[in-house]
Amino acid sequence: MRPLPDPMTPESSVVEVTLESDLKNVEVAEEITRRVAGTAGFDEDEQQRIEMAVHESMINAIWHGNKNDCSKSVWLHFKIHPDRLEIRVRDQGSGFDPSHLPDPRKDENLLSESGRGIFLIRTFMDEFRVEHVNGTGTEVTMVKRLGPGI
Amino acid sequence: MSMKATIRPVDSVTVVDVSGRITLGEGCTQLRELIRDQLSKGNKNILLNLADVTYIDSSGIGELVSAFTGVSKQGGALKLLNLTKKVHDLLQITKLYTVFDVHDDEAKAIGSFAKTTSA
Repeated sequence: MRPLPDPMTPESSVVEVTLESDLKNVEVAEEITRRVAGTAGFDEDEQQRIEMAVHESMINAIWHGNKNDCSKSVWLHFKIHPDRLEIRVRDQGSGFDPSHLPDPRKDENLLSESGRGIFLIRTFMDEFRVEHVNGTGTEVTMVKRLGPGI
Repeated sequence: MSMKATIRPVDSVTVVDVSGRITLGEGCTQLRELIRDQLSKGNKNILLNLADVTYIDSSGIGELVSAFTGVSKQGGALKLLNLTKKVHDLLQITKLYTVFDVHDDEAKAIGSFAKTTSA
């Protein structure tokens, strides 16, 4: 496991880290997320939800985007705004269309073994969008606003 | 911390005390192999004690579903015991709370298997 990046200074509002595309680094991303979300002012429950959204995004990036290829990278970007936290996760894959994913809560999907990751991200975050960045990969943007959550 | 599991036979039920992380990769693989192993030994009544599970993700939830359907297909029953708040919330959000038989008292959970299997 690589050492964590320098802790945020009080005046900083952006944290960026590039991680090897390895499942071991999901826990590194979780720890960074907890610290950033805490600095942004989210309570413990919200920190856990944001952490889980990043966890699922990292899994998607490493497993589905980068096809578990350790020579590839995942780029994580956190920006703290006065009223929200914006998180971007970029892989080197060809992307996916989140608008065509089935609802895992429907009776016919309830016993499916997969298909809940994006649903959880959408549940835990206020905004979620996916963009294919030409020639470089796929970028997921998630926003959590400070204030009443789910 | 990866997943750890301790197996305790209680009456006709196999109680599995699970701790750590049930996430994509090692945790999910371990759980899958554990269930497969128990089924191959003819242990079809399985109670998963999740009290010490520190983290579960969408893949871990999928693995619980897979275990549930796998055990059911063999004519057995898989039930859950002692959910943490985090796991409880995830099962509520995903509507899986309606699928699993969830208990917070081990003795009662063990007793419920007798009712299920004597039917």
